[in-house]
Amino acid sequence: MSITQSSASLFSTTEEKEGTFNARYSLWIKEALDELPHSFTITDPFISGHPIVFASPGFLKMTGYSREEVIGRNGRAFQGPKTNRRSIMEIREAIREERPVQVSILNYRKSGSPFWMLFHMIPVFGNDDGRVIHFVAVQVPISGQKMRNGSGCSEMVFGSCRREVCLGSFVHQERALPVECDEQELENWEHCEASESEKLKSAEAVGSVLSVLTRYSEFAGRLVCGKRNCLRGADCLSSSLVISLGRIKQSFVLTNPCLPDMPIVYASDAFLTLTGYKRHEVLGQNCRFLSGVDTDSSVLYEMKECILKGQPCTVQILNYSNRKDKSTFWNLLHISPVRNASGKTAYFVGVQMEASCKDIESKELRPETRQLSVVGAVRVAVRSSFMATC
Amino acid sequence: MHKNQSLNRNTQHIERSLHLCCVWFYLLRRKLVNGITAIHGIPTGVSFHVHLVRKEGCLIETNPLPHGGRGALPSEGGSPSDLLFLAGGGFSFVSSSFFFFVRMLKIKRVPTVVSNYQKDEASDESVGCGRNCLGACCLNGARLPLYSCKKLENSGTGEKLVISHEAREPPVAFLESLVLGEWEDRFQRGLFRYDVTACETKVIPGKYGFVAQLNEGRHLKKRPTEFRVDKVLQSFDGNKFNFTKVGQEELLFQFEAGEDCEAQFFPCMPLDAENSPSVVAINVSPIEYGHVLLIPRVLDCLPQRIDHNSLLLALHMAAEAANPYFRLGYNSLGAFATINHLHFQAYYLAMPFPLEKAPSKKMITTVSGVKISELVNYPVRSLLFEGGTSMQDLSDTVSDACVCLQENNIPFNILISDSGRQIFLMPQCYAEKQALGEVSPELLETQVNPAVWEISGHMVLKRKEDYEGASEENAWRLLAEASLSEERFKEVNALIFEAIGCSNQEEELEGVLVQPSGSVNQTGNRTLGGPITNGTASECLVLQ
Repeated sequence: MSITQSSASLFSTTEEKEGTFNARYSLWIKEALDELPHSFTITDPFISGHPIVFASPGFLKMTGYSREEVIGRNGRAFQGPKTNRRSIMEIREAIREERPVQVSILNYRKSGSPFWMLFHMIPVFGNDDGRVIHFVAVQVPISGQKMRNGSGCSEMVFGSCRREVCLGSFVHQERALPVECDEQELENWEHCEASESEKLKSAEAVGSVLSVLTRYSEFAGRLVCGKRNCLRGADCLSSSLVISLGRIKQSFVLTNPCLPDMPIVYASDAFLTLTGYKRHEVLGQNCRFLSGVDTDSSVLYEMKECILKGQPCTVQILNYSNRKDKSTFWNLLHISPVRNASGKTAYFVGVQMEASCKDIESKELRPETRQLSVVGAVRVAVRSSFMATC
Repeated sequence: MHKNQSLNRNTQHIERSLHLCCVWFYLLRRKLVNGITAIHGIPTGVSFHVHLVRKEGCLIETNPLPHGGRGALPSEGGSPSDLLFLAGGGFSFVSSSFFFFVRMLKIKRVPTVVSNYQKDEASDESVGCGRNCLGACCLNGARLPLYSCKKLENSGTGEKLVISHEAREPPVAFLESLVLGEWEDRFQRGLFRYDVTACETKVIPGKYGFVAQLNEGRHLKKRPTEFRVDKVLQSFDGNKFNFTKVGQEELLFQFEAGEDCEAQFFPCMPLDAENSPSVVAINVSPIEYGHVLLIPRVLDCLPQRIDHNSLLLALHMAAEAANPYFRLGYNSLGAFATINHLHFQAYYLAMPFPLEKAPSKKMITTVSGVKISELVNYPVRSLLFEGGTSMQDLSDTVSDACVCLQENNIPFNILISDSGRQIFLMPQCYAEKQALGEVSPELLETQVNPAVWEISGHMVLKRKEDYEGASEENAWRLLAEASLSEERFKEVNALIFEAIGCSNQEEELEGVLVQPSGSVNQTGNRTLGGPITNGTASECLVLQ
């Protein structure tokens, strides 16, 4: 069950991921977190793939992976074929709804051996903008033995089948059950309830991590906290929308027509690569920075007309990149209005396609189809994101 | 004419009503309608309620206005493409001509139009087909991309493969890009009857989070056709609408279960009857963005009934899409299937269905490792199938169960969820109750038929007042009507277990309640319900 890795490509990714983490907090944040004894991970929903950006030594020890093998991976990497699907759904939904969750779940170590743990995750919000900055997930191994094959629980009909684990030994009414079950057994358990003390431990760990993050974010002047203290601004997308959009590998942007000058509120990684800009340089800007002297103004006019009418359009437009060579490129740009759950237009999506890559590979989608698939994926993401119950 | 008090004075509406008057006279002359029963002023214009004489011609109602407005229309009947009226006369008309006939149970349903070529009854299709359909007249030389999905591993190794690229949040899979890209293309070409993304939708506050959508345009309000709801197995009738009559532009691609360990895509494959192709088509009355139909072996004209190969194909599609928010659904005849031509439906909704959140209690595990549970604390009593040594085992077990239900004339719905790992089987009896007049008028007035998506928790509501007043209690009450009773469900389960070869496993029956933690608040004291045959089954409820 070990994660396949290609260490070369991972190494630079590790640095990048850790870099964005460091940027949010003041110096020595990693060292401070390293000092905590607990097993926990921190993930960043604003990076495509919602990867782990920090893993504690306790986590690495528990799972048997090295730091390089973990940073950049999504938390799902530690699940396996016998992991309960409902628990997976619960975690996914808690992320989508930006709320805490505490669930017992079966995970797998690098060696492939399964273990039960209590997974306790909380969102961490930016104090000033109300958006989710990170998710903190604490893992507490569960040692309680839950025999799920029926015969061990014959005395219980209603209520929970919890066995209290006290100091490593436990009392069973009818017969003694072994403390260590073989792994086959573990995998076959439907569920493994955590004890009160284990739940307390997880809450405590979450609190410790959060207080370190709070302290170091304060030093950096951009406080984070465990509760959302203000409503997310209109130019701020929910983390669940960002996670959904992060699955789309093509170049595209979302702009908000309800804000003055229709600024970019989301730009995909591929867009940044294509145009050579950094994310902070484009967010909040109108797309016109991509146009230049030789850009056909009648095309720009056509685009404006379509936007005003709320109609999709495809244009071929000369764009100016910020790449090292400052080259221009022909951009086959498709724009379309995108509605949210209220049925009203919430964004415009612009999908860029560099005209030179119009060669159709026989086994691939036509470029036009691929471009439209971005629009479709954005529509699904935007429509569903506003329906979150939080 | 009775003028509705709230007719808008707006000139645009006056113009439109004049236009409609002309249209109405035209229809009257052509004997397509025989009277106006009411006129309403509605936000998008004026609508007439008419008594519609059943005739040829596909009446396209557009409310809200369709995207693009250039839908492909059959030319029969000469209906203008921008006809804007509602027909059917509302509930009072409906109820007065309804419940009847002891001999053959019938209800007048309002079928959903899933294709632009759907008509309400038999028509002389042979006349001048210029419609680029799938009949022998147009099939020659037709081409459609083919997606051949990878060979399904057994769940052990298959999962390993999945793990390695699920290490990251998986990117949009190829199949998903194909479905969404082609769908968006048809969307922009105006092939849908309305823009579903313009339909307001919300999550109803409550434990389960039922999803409600206000969609006034989904169901044609015309004189409903008769449809036998008391027989789950009915032969294919080539005279009625079927999917060989759809226009080829409504098809997105061919889909097959491949033999390779990698998926393959052929952008320009001939559509050849000899290959018995299965196709994915758009549903022109989508319930959500991306709503498609999977039609196994379309040219073989199979009636709407589950067989092993077809269910397996559907599972392939779910697994290949690799997105837990892309589900496939199936309605048997009598459980609100609209067309008696074998098809599944699928669409994207990026949140869990209430059905998926319901706690389950394990009942048995089959010899092939398929775990069968029953849902607890959900308005519709349902079974959940998961696991299995291979996906084929899971598929075969469910198919066996469905065949059993079909042969026992029990209508049912299927939801394939969690990228093909979980299959819900919901036997139901709403249509029978409706025909016998046992459903309360308030529920009937909503005109919500509990098909697979409704039972899963996605309710499309036609009237604004139903949408505004949507509550979990209302949804629950409607769905509960569709559910089998406790006793009947147990009987049906016994039939199913016997059919799948598990009838000797009763002594191993265990009740193990798995509850999700989080928002769903559960009571702890749920009994297994009824005596266990040998009285020694142990039960264990676990609460989180």
